[in-house]
Parts: sequence; structure tokens; C-alpha cells
Amino acid sequence: MQAVKEQPEQQKSRFSETRLGRSLLSQETILLIITIIAITFLATQNERFLTLRNLSREVVLLFEVAVMAMPMTLIIITGGIDLSVGSIFGLSAVVLGFLWQDAGWALEVAIVASLIVGLMCGFLNGIFIVRLGVPPLIMTLATLALFRGMALGVSEARSARGFPEWFTDGIGRGDFLGLPLQVWIIGIAVVVTGVVLARTTFGRSLYAMGNNELAARFAGIPVQRYKLVIYVYSGFMASLAAILFTARVTTTRSDMGTGYELDVIAAVVLGGTSIFGGLGTIWGTVLGLILIQVLKNGLLLAGVRGDATSVLIGIVLILAILINNFIQTRFRSV
Amino acid sequence: MTAIPQKTSQALANRSIGSRLSGLLTQESVLALALVIISFAVTIVNPNFLAARNISDILSNSSYIAIAAIGMSLVIISGNIDISIGSLIGLLATIAGRLAIGAEAGGYPEIFAFIIPIVVGVASGALIGFFVAYLHVPAIVVSLGMLSVLKGGLILWTGGEWIYNLPEWFKFAQQRPLGIPAPVYLMISLTIIGAIWMKYSATGRAIYAVGGNREAARLSGISEKRIIMTVFMINGFMVSIAALLFATQFNAIQSTVPSGLELLVITSAVVGGVSILGGTGTVIGSTLGAVLVHVIPAAMIFASISDYWRQAVQGLLILFTVLVDLYRRNQQSYARRK
Repeated sequence: MQAVKEQPEQQKSRFSETRLGRSLLSQETILLIITIIAITFLATQNERFLTLRNLSREVVLLFEVAVMAMPMTLIIITGGIDLSVGSIFGLSAVVLGFLWQDAGWALEVAIVASLIVGLMCGFLNGIFIVRLGVPPLIMTLATLALFRGMALGVSEARSARGFPEWFTDGIGRGDFLGLPLQVWIIGIAVVVTGVVLARTTFGRSLYAMGNNELAARFAGIPVQRYKLVIYVYSGFMASLAAILFTARVTTTRSDMGTGYELDVIAAVVLGGTSIFGGLGTIWGTVLGLILIQVLKNGLLLAGVRGDATSVLIGIVLILAILINNFIQTRFRSV
Repeated sequence: MTAIPQKTSQALANRSIGSRLSGLLTQESVLALALVIISFAVTIVNPNFLAARNISDILSNSSYIAIAAIGMSLVIISGNIDISIGSLIGLLATIAGRLAIGAEAGGYPEIFAFIIPIVVGVASGALIGFFVAYLHVPAIVVSLGMLSVLKGGLILWTGGEWIYNLPEWFKFAQQRPLGIPAPVYLMISLTIIGAIWMKYSATGRAIYAVGGNREAARLSGISEKRIIMTVFMINGFMVSIAALLFATQFNAIQSTVPSGLELLVITSAVVGGVSILGGTGTVIGSTLGAVLVHVIPAAMIFASISDYWRQAVQGLLILFTVLVDLYRRNQQSYARRK
């Protein structure tokens, strides 16, 4: 690059090689700064924003996308993608409603069955990807249509409602130790996924697979088994999100979760995970999720219609990648 | 599927019957065969299926998807993807409808209702192309952002209001010269032009080269950036034609983004044999794919299968074609290795 000729730029590149420099220039740091500015702004605009009650309400609102963003981060780090999560979400919800209302199963059993459906969906994605070598984009595109189609076929566009109180009030809108159940679940999911990704052999192997799959295989990493695990994890989390969502909104419909895959991917990519694989953290994804929710909130507060957030998120997404690209090529590739 | 590397003469001589058979089974011929078999099977169950009116309806309905799939094929062959086209079709159709009503009220010529959406479509394609080619943002991220912007922007602009009272001259897609719907003429001619252009023009070949091996293409003197810009602009043009057909097919325009359109278009291209890894695929394949994607639900209705299962069948269809494609590739690489 040109920077070879210019002295000051070389100094910058040396700075970027220090530990401090590297962490200061990461996308996570940039996001953190933007998020803090946005939250400070919101807090000054509305004194009730920074209350525990309001914040936990916000977490409940981003729950579904956040839960699915955990496995999605792992998948994108390996260089894959899962477009079918929204459809697994819909299918799990419909299966839950169908088994409980039409087949007359006990709700507890129906919940377990619905989770198993999610696991199976993820397994189907994973097994085709690892055994037959179908590209993840195509495989999950096919199952995006397939699972959504099955949800439509099973439900025949009817909705299930009238769930018992322990399910709707106890789980869907219930508190545990003073905080909504969703806050605890998302907290556990973030910590577990984050630690597994950052601190275990399995987690580190995912980065290796994303950087160079062949090299990872030669290094003795069970690439196929690990891939299968993350797609199954993705199916499971989509199903879990669907069950809690059903409990919260007290009804199931076959079009539930349509388009969620794009929200999830947007949050993950915004959080600094490279769509080419090999880069990314759970920490970044959490920031991406928070930033999107804060933006939505801020615009709502400013009296802008809800649809405008979609425009803003699109712009922020592209800008975040652009800024990151700029920093990467400017300071790193020398 | 002409992009298969030249086999050595020895490998050609040693080809087994199986691999010779798989050589014959190009994606296009498999698709054509599938179309014939499905139509035949359904006609046995319900003879009305082969009625001229029904066939021309199916073709007419698949036209705008097929035309968008031509652009999508080019994008995918070049190694990229565009998931924003559903939103773009919604936006351009709304622009066309509003301009048509404005033109009817006077003020500017009627042709503006057709020209301006095309200009906007090509400009939008150029914008995506610029981000991908010059700023190195992955196409899936750019188009995801674009999808979000267009979708939200459209609802903000129109508030989801439908456009009614479209003038008669605007309803281009409903015309039937010589008894055949106008969109079918467009679909066939654009497919033929696209196929010839991709096969024989230098730019067309360069698109395959960039998708097959970007670095090799660059080293052989192809301006990769220019090619990617071109591909996205052509895609924008095809999407605008598709949007105009979409806008003029009914008597009203729903000013929101039709959901799942991009999926249908990508499905058509993939079913038509365009490899998502880039470098292979044909425009004829994608058009046949678009027709097949429409024939199957129509056939299901004629065979009295519940319409609720339509999307599931579409999913199985993608899966099936991808598996056939993988099988064929394995056969070919096996034959080459021998």
C-alpha cells in the first residue's frame, strides 16, 4: 500500500500492532463508543430510560433476535450462514400450537417436542452441509422455504390460542428474582456462548475453520463434527426463542418470525463479525444488538415512525462495515 | 454448462457410460424434461391443465420473476448476490404507478412512467456495484443494508397506501398481442439476448472469469471492478423491467414490498443451475427455472393438492436440484481424475 512511502502512516501501523492499538481500532470499540453516546443521549432525553424496569423491558423486546444471534455469530465465524432461523422459529411455534391444540398433547410434552423439532431442523441443515458439501447459503435458503412451507402446511394458516396461565403469565411475562425470565435466559446464553467461543478449544477451532478450513482439518480439528454442532445449536435456539415468544404473545401463527434471519444477521455483522469468517466476538454481537435496540428507541422517542428505524439500521450497517474496512486497510495491511 | 474445464483427450476416451450420460444431463435439459413430465402427469389427472389459457397464464406469471432472475444469474455467476431486489421491485413499481397517475393528470409525457423507474433501478444497481467493487463491502452485506433502507423508506413514503385508478395505457402487462401475453415476449427476447451476450461477448465471458477465479481474471487483464459494476447495473435494469411488469399486471399497485420475491428469484436462478459459488450457470437455465418454480404450484392446484404445501415443495425443489448438481459435479471430477 501507499503507506510504505509515508512516514507518519508507518508509525500509525506500528501503533496498531500494540495490544492497546489493536483493541482501540477494533469494530467493537467503535460500536461501544457509538452505543455509549446513543445511550447517554437517550438518558438525557428521558429520565425513565435508565431504570432497571425499562432496561429489562428493552431486553425482552430484543430477546428473540438476541437468542438467535448467539449461534449465528458462531456460524458466521466459521464462514457459514444460516438463513433458515426465522423459518425454524415459525415451524417450532406452529408445531407447539398444533400438538397442544389439535393433537391434544400436554403442553409440557408439546414444548419438548417443539424443541426437538428445532434440533432436527438444525441437524438437517448441518448434515447436508458437512456430509454432502452443500454450500450453507444454498442449504439454508432451501430450508428457509421448506420449514416455512411446513409451518404453513401443518397449521393451514390457522392460529392456536388460549394457552394456560402458567405458560403465558408464568413463562411469557413472568419474573424470576425480580427480572423477566427472558433477561436471565439471554444472560446465560451470552455468557455460555461467549466463554465457549473465547476460552475453549472448540471455540478457538471455529476461528481456525473460518480462516482456512483445509488448514484446520490438517491441524486435526474435527471440522465436520464442530460444524454440525453449531447448526444444531442454531436450530435449538430458534426453537427456544419461538417457545418464549409464543408464551409472551399467547398465540402461534405460521408467519411468525418471517424475516428474523435478516435482523439476526444484521446484528451479528454490525457487531464486527466478518461475513467471510474468521473474525468476530460475542461481545461485538451483544453491542450490535444493543445499538439496534437503542436506535429503535431513540427514533421512537424523537417521534419518528417505526419504519424509519429500518432505513437507519440499513445505513448504519453499511457505514459500520465501511469504517471497519477503511481502518483495516489503512492501518493493518501494511 | 460450458464452463467445465477442457478435459484431456485421454479422459474423454476413458469416459464411462455413466459420465457420458451425466454429460448429456445439462441442467437445462433436465429442467426441460422435468417441465414436460410434470405437465404430462398433471394433464392425465386434469386435462384442463394443458389449455392454452392456462399455459399462457403460467408463462405470463413467471415472466417478471424470470426477467429478474436473468439479472440475478449474472450477479451470482460473478460470485456475488443481491438480496435487496424484492424491495427494489416494490419501490420501482410504486414510482411507476405514481408517475403514471401524474402523467394522466398532465404535466409530463406518459413515457416518463416507464423511463424513470428504469433510471432509478440502474442507479440503485450502480450504487450496490460501487460499494461491492470499489469499497470492498461484501455484496450480501450491502444488499442487506439496501433491503432495510428500501423497505423502510417505501413504507415511510407511501404509508402502505395502494395505488388505484391506473390509466389504461399503463397496463402494459395485460396486453395480449397475437393472443400471447406481452410479458412472455419480453421474457423470451431478454432471455435470448442475455444468453447470446453471456456466451459470445467479451464482457459476458469476463463475468464467468471473475466468478470462477477473481485473481486469475485480474491477472489476465480483466478489469474486475468494471465487470462487477456492469453486472450490478444490468441487474438493476432487469429488476426495473420486472418491476414494470409487476406494476402493470393488475389494476392496482400495492405500495409495499412484496415479501419473499428475492427468494423466488434466487430460487429460479439456483434451480436453473447457476452455482452459488460463482463461475457457472446460464440465463436459459434461470428462465426455465423460473417457469418450473411457477409450474409446480399451478400443477399442485390442478392435481388438487392443498396450496398450503406450496412453499414446502419449493424448498424441496431447491434441495433436489442442488443435490443433482453436486452429484453431477462429483461424476465429472471423477471422470476427469481418471
